[in-house]
Amino acid sequence: MFRKLHESDRGPVTIEIDGEIVPAEPGESVAAVIMRASAPWARLTPNTGSKRAPYCMMGVCFDCLAEVDGQSSVQTCLVSVRPGMRISRQAGKRRI
Amino acid sequence: MNADVIVIGAGTVGAAIGYGLAGRGERVLVLDGGDRDVRAANANFGLVWLHGKGMDMPAYYFLTRNSVDAWQGFAEELAETTAIDLQYEHDGGLVLCLGEADFEERRSSLLRLHNQLEDSSDPDWEMLDDGAVRALLPGIELGREVSGASLGRRDGHANPLRLLASLQAGIVRKGGSLRGGSTVHSVEAQAGGGFTVGFGSEKLSAARVVIAAGIGSTALARQVGLDVPIRPQRGQILVTEKVMPVLPLPTLDVRQTREGSIMIGATHEEVGLDCSTTSEAAAVLSASALRQFPGLRDVSLVRQWAGLRILTPDGFPIYAESETHPGAFVALCHSGVTLAAFHAGILADCIAGGQLSEELHVFHHRRFDVPKAA
Amino acid sequence: MAAAVEARRHNLDVMVIDEQATPGGQIWRSVEMTRRRDEVLGPTYSEGRNAAELFRACGANYRPNAQIWQLEPGFRALFTSEGQVGMVEASKLLLATGAQERPAPFPGWTLPGVLTVGAAQILLKNAGEIPADPVWIAGSGPLPLLYAVQLLRAGGQIAGYLDTTPKARWREALVHLPAALKAPGDLLKGLGWTSMLRRRVRVIRDVCSIEAVGEHRITKLRYRSGSGPEVAVPAGLLLVHEGVVPSIHPALSMDCTLKWSAAQDCFVPVLDAWGESSVDGLFIAGDGAGIAGARAAQCRGTLAGIRAASKLGRLDSTSAERVAVPSRRRLARELAIRPFLDALFRPRAEVYAPADRTVICRCEEVTAGAIRAAASVGRPGPNQVKAATRAGMGPCQGRQCGYTVTRILAAMQDRSPEDVGFFHIRPPLKPVTLGELATGIGCATDDRQEGEFRSNDSHVIE
Repeated sequence: MFRKLHESDRGPVTIEIDGEIVPAEPGESVAAVIMRASAPWARLTPNTGSKRAPYCMMGVCFDCLAEVDGQSSVQTCLVSVRPGMRISRQAGKRRI
Repeated sequence: MNADVIVIGAGTVGAAIGYGLAGRGERVLVLDGGDRDVRAANANFGLVWLHGKGMDMPAYYFLTRNSVDAWQGFAEELAETTAIDLQYEHDGGLVLCLGEADFEERRSSLLRLHNQLEDSSDPDWEMLDDGAVRALLPGIELGREVSGASLGRRDGHANPLRLLASLQAGIVRKGGSLRGGSTVHSVEAQAGGGFTVGFGSEKLSAARVVIAAGIGSTALARQVGLDVPIRPQRGQILVTEKVMPVLPLPTLDVRQTREGSIMIGATHEEVGLDCSTTSEAAAVLSASALRQFPGLRDVSLVRQWAGLRILTPDGFPIYAESETHPGAFVALCHSGVTLAAFHAGILADCIAGGQLSEELHVFHHRRFDVPKAA
Repeated sequence: MAAAVEARRHNLDVMVIDEQATPGGQIWRSVEMTRRRDEVLGPTYSEGRNAAELFRACGANYRPNAQIWQLEPGFRALFTSEGQVGMVEASKLLLATGAQERPAPFPGWTLPGVLTVGAAQILLKNAGEIPADPVWIAGSGPLPLLYAVQLLRAGGQIAGYLDTTPKARWREALVHLPAALKAPGDLLKGLGWTSMLRRRVRVIRDVCSIEAVGEHRITKLRYRSGSGPEVAVPAGLLLVHEGVVPSIHPALSMDCTLKWSAAQDCFVPVLDAWGESSVDGLFIAGDGAGIAGARAAQCRGTLAGIRAASKLGRLDSTSAERVAVPSRRRLARELAIRPFLDALFRPRAEVYAPADRTVICRCEEVTAGAIRAAASVGRPGPNQVKAATRAGMGPCQGRQCGYTVTRILAAMQDRSPEDVGFFHIRPPLKPVTLGELATGIGCATDDRQEGEFRSNDSHVIE
């Protein structure tokens, strides 16, 4: 849904989203990367299993929740990418 | 008279009584307070529980057992009347024990209680070792300290907020009236009989009045000659994000709701009417839950709330009719969910009939009067 | 940032707890990151770089990537940062948690591909990204105008701009025009944006309803304008905006008194001339005090810093008044345009009366119809409706649905929103894990600090 204006000028990093390796720019949020992905959504709701994607990008809607490096229910709009970060889209209710 | 009965308070107790009365054809008006009034009904854990109750007061055990046995039918009728599913499950309830001493203490306490009952039927509980507990809870890791549990066969849980919504809707469906934002400030006996109830600048009258206003009952009850010794006790509860089903049975302090969130309760604090939540309680409750179920450590807390239990000196309910003001009743307890079937059933029957039955006299608050020294 | 800089000037010990990774809040989000987007974003954005530099240099204890989940009187803040619980105590507290877009539910707004205009702007600032295809923008206010202009500058394309500002607003706003002309700079800027937009983009005005349609993402947009028929257009991305409202959750959790601002159609904290709330020692500055933009926020922050320093004995009240003069003057200038803007972009009534089938609680997926059904029993307030429907019980704690519940009740009960009130806000203000809670609070950093806490950007205190 979104595309970058320029290439990263500080050396690109790569992160993994559900197994897919994607390029990212240091400093940008994980949610920003999700919005560029071919499947731009973050989670399925626990109540009805509806797809949700980032909506507010500033931490007040909680629709961008995904699993980041093993930790579930992370607000991806508030987390900056790190090289090798592993993101998993969250399907419905949390697993423990 | 504007109504046969005015019930003051539309919390779990008042709404259940009102629903029961409406269902018996009484013209009932239930008056509820304001949006920010203290409401224990909004802070209930949701257990429908029997085992372990009634120590030193067997009558309470039997009262509770009757209510628990009637709960399924009560929930079904409510669902039929209001199309609200109470999510009632009663496959048993556990009280986990940590360490051997805890296990022994639990067992002997339950035995003592059972002996007091002088009841010939089998106990409604059994002790399970940790292996048996694990077999019952396969989807979740048990803490290392868990030595076993007591399992109450009749115990279960329901959704307390749905219960309240359903009771309130049920009152109206059965022909009763419910008015919110109507905090009652006065109850007066009328000369020819009956009572006038004042709220805001309005007054309404009824032949009988039931005070079920929770912690707000003291002043009102006094106006009709009922001096009820109740005090507030704060209980804080934690609620997590929604989790895959991992806990099929409720325990006394950790249960998983149908929606998936896990509730963790509760503190017992004597802080007057303070309903604020504290970080200390969050820490203590989390630590306690993790001792039982360490696998929950990465689950997020989404809500924390506090409610005020209505506590009597022995912790058991007060059901009383005023002697100076016949026709005025008071109903106070802190187990409003478990006793909802009783309140909507037998208790509503008594109030409709104009007097409390013999078996309920033991719940009068005169049991708290200290006999004067000779 | 301005409050921290000012407080440090008077030698207060200052800690700033920031939910973001770098300073700047939302208006200046990621301003330190790169200069490459300055031309696209415009001069107000680059001003933030100076502010961030001053802030970094001022000697405040800056804690980024930290989310406050509980505030306690006295004051104490509990926060999580990188999986650890932290705790800080201070004698003064400043909430500079900014604002959020006004929740304006409509059918389909929860579909992937529907974002707020603010979100798109953050993506531009933080990630240098723009919509890949021509985008639909629907809303009212200065922000969508600004973003449209920024997007065009960046080479993006706009499929259409649905202006939901009601026709009558121009007339209603005229009475405030003389005051706005006292500081014409922003007015001229706005006129420039509007004219650029009209020249290059298809603008449909007086739009009264919108709907996003699609199965797993938005594929179609339906709208109605004026008394015209319903129009449907293909759409893969929709950006919406119906104004900005102060973030009130932290203030509510501390029992600060709020009042209803009829002009801005939202709750605002009751503050004195220094920005101190009804809670002694608790200040609120920035858009969280009332929507007024970046420069006004700096003024308010500076004033709070001065007053905190004065209350802590670092300067007497006469000196404080003197030091405050430039900020007060500047604030008055910045506020001059507000009545005009507030009247011009007052949301249409439909924003507060969503159709029954509209999901209004995004977290718990509760519809407006369910709210209305629960509200028809008794005469409940928002907290009883919350208990009956679960609206407001999700992780966002009513940030997206609170206002809608209040307004639905107000309409049904013929009461003002102020009378109806808002959800009772409890901790946690942001999620925290059970493990963090169980182990963290006992051994959390217990920094006894005199002085002001400040927090930059969305989230509590400082």
